[in-house]
Amino acid sequence: MFQPLNSAAQLGYRTVFNLFEWPMARAQRLVGIRRVAWLFLLPNLLIFGLFTFLPIILNVFYATTGSDAILLSQRPYVGAENFSSLLSCTDYLDPNSCRRDVFWRAVYNTGWFVVLQVGFMVLFSLITALILNRDIPLKGFFRGVFFYPVLLSPVVVALIWKWILQRYGVFNAGLEGMGFASVDWLTDADWAFFWIIFVSIWAHMGFYTLILLAGLQSIPSDVYEAAEMDGASRWRVFAKITMPLLMPTMVVVLVLSLIRAVQAFDEIFVLTGGGPGSATTLILQYIYETGFASRPQLFGLAAAASILMAVVLLVLTLLQLRATRSQAEG
Amino acid sequence: MVWSFISRTRGRDRFDVTDWLTWGYLIFGIALMFGPVLWVAMSSFKTEAALSEYPPSFLPLAPQTAMVKGYDKPLPLYEITGGEHKGEVLAQIRRIGLNAQMVDPQNPGERINVKIGDRTPKREFAMAWGNYTKLFQRFDFMRYFWNSVFITVVATIITVIFNSMAAFALAKYKFRGRTTVFVLIIATLMIPPTINLVPIYLVVNELGLVNTPWGVIWPAVATPTGVFLLRQYMLTIPDDLLDAARMDHASEWRVYWRIVLPLAAPAIAVLVIFSVMWRWNEFLWPLIVLTRSEEFTLQLALNAFQGDLQTSWSGILAMTVLTLLPITIVFALLQKNITAGIAQSGVK
Repeated sequence: MFQPLNSAAQLGYRTVFNLFEWPMARAQRLVGIRRVAWLFLLPNLLIFGLFTFLPIILNVFYATTGSDAILLSQRPYVGAENFSSLLSCTDYLDPNSCRRDVFWRAVYNTGWFVVLQVGFMVLFSLITALILNRDIPLKGFFRGVFFYPVLLSPVVVALIWKWILQRYGVFNAGLEGMGFASVDWLTDADWAFFWIIFVSIWAHMGFYTLILLAGLQSIPSDVYEAAEMDGASRWRVFAKITMPLLMPTMVVVLVLSLIRAVQAFDEIFVLTGGGPGSATTLILQYIYETGFASRPQLFGLAAAASILMAVVLLVLTLLQLRATRSQAEG
Repeated sequence: MVWSFISRTRGRDRFDVTDWLTWGYLIFGIALMFGPVLWVAMSSFKTEAALSEYPPSFLPLAPQTAMVKGYDKPLPLYEITGGEHKGEVLAQIRRIGLNAQMVDPQNPGERINVKIGDRTPKREFAMAWGNYTKLFQRFDFMRYFWNSVFITVVATIITVIFNSMAAFALAKYKFRGRTTVFVLIIATLMIPPTINLVPIYLVVNELGLVNTPWGVIWPAVATPTGVFLLRQYMLTIPDDLLDAARMDHASEWRVYWRIVLPLAAPAIAVLVIFSVMWRWNEFLWPLIVLTRSEEFTLQLALNAFQGDLQTSWSGILAMTVLTLLPITIVFALLQKNITAGIAQSGVK
């Protein structure tokens, strides 16, 4: 069955080689062997420049200009107006008093989401990793069980849960079967918020479990043996050996999941669409809707909002760098 | 025997309370992680009528029918739950008000009147493939599938070539600015595309790539993860091998393509798995770039259908299953490689 696939791959492999051999050999003679490295770096750097570094600069231009034109030459300079429009509130604790009330609702939603999602996800990942690290049969299988949802696409994850949680879905049927009242889970603001946290934990937990498990397995077993000789209780072993030695991995997991949670979008957008109202609208959805989904397309406002998000991410990344450095220095 | 397998407690005395908790948690985990997917898979084989049933049944069921002598069409079978015929299985001829006229399939001559409250339809396990065939006839599934496959395959090939070229340069040449370039590439890890959506859209727009698969492919083919992964691996390939080839007047391209690439196969395999996963599941960027439905990927089509109130769940469920199937198969085959690759590199 794999035979034709294999020969097709080999043919492709040879074709690409032949295709590039002559021009690359020419280019090598042209630039000389000393600079040939740049030739190999060129495609990658071109893409990075075009789609990563250039956009960073362009983002500032967008954030300081107005109108709904995409071309920068057609956009009038407005200074910091986009930022001040986003940030103007009479009372920062009350999104209703802000000029861009949806933005502030999204900020608050994202804040709560990040704290709750990351907190519970790391907790459950840790419990799962500890259990998978025990001496159980079928270890590989169980690791796969918890990891499987990580591979599913966000759209699929959202649709699976939407089907289960709908008004006449299996979850409500089960509740009614046990004598509870059924609930319209995704149209009740508080429950919808609970479910976006639940579903995103369900979908991403396996990834962090895997990293924590790798951390647990790197703890040398003689430390445990020594503790056992001393007759230490299980709880003491956990508190005095496992946790401190796992701390560096924990920090990495924490920061990584924080960075991801700030940018959460896909599953939530498909599951609730940000609703009911804007109860589950997070910051990235606000950026997407302001810049792309609604008319007029307020590119400037979207760019300003993404710069504000970038600042938060930058702080988190610096925290990560510090954490990994202190981990390396031990 | 199963029990002794489960309860083996290597080195400890007996199966204690923490073992019970462990197994409770693991079994709960299986149910929670696989259950929802299994539920959707089962639901996708239900007919429209069975889908709107509440409370729902786990297995897809269809009304059982039987051919009875003297009737042209198959008659639906019912189990009688009350009255004098309780426990019998009868076929219904027609319903008249609150009564049903029924017949015993074994004894077609005699007609029996049963109150409709006294009978429940007899059903059997039956997979309704209609939801799937409908996808191909009415939803243009193949187009979305092809769009997704095209983007995934082409983007992965380009990603592997570009990233391995950069990794080769960074691992196997000494040149001024090498560290700077390496740091620069790693620094892009800190710049997720989500903070640059508007300007990336401008660039894609200027290049005329909006509403083409290339608008999805190009912006993300240079991945810092891939460069880093491959560079670390290529550092372990001995330079002597490369120098030997150069002695034979091999061009640098030949050295890279014929020696370094094949030797870096294990690391490339990891990158291929990642790239396929990223591309197949990608959502936000295609959502922005592809607005014409002919260009939609599977993920976008699924999202569009679920937002469309005209579309029923039956098609969405079948499409969901077909979308998760490739990834599930890849996972089942490569589970060990995937989890090991992720645990080592810490990327997803």
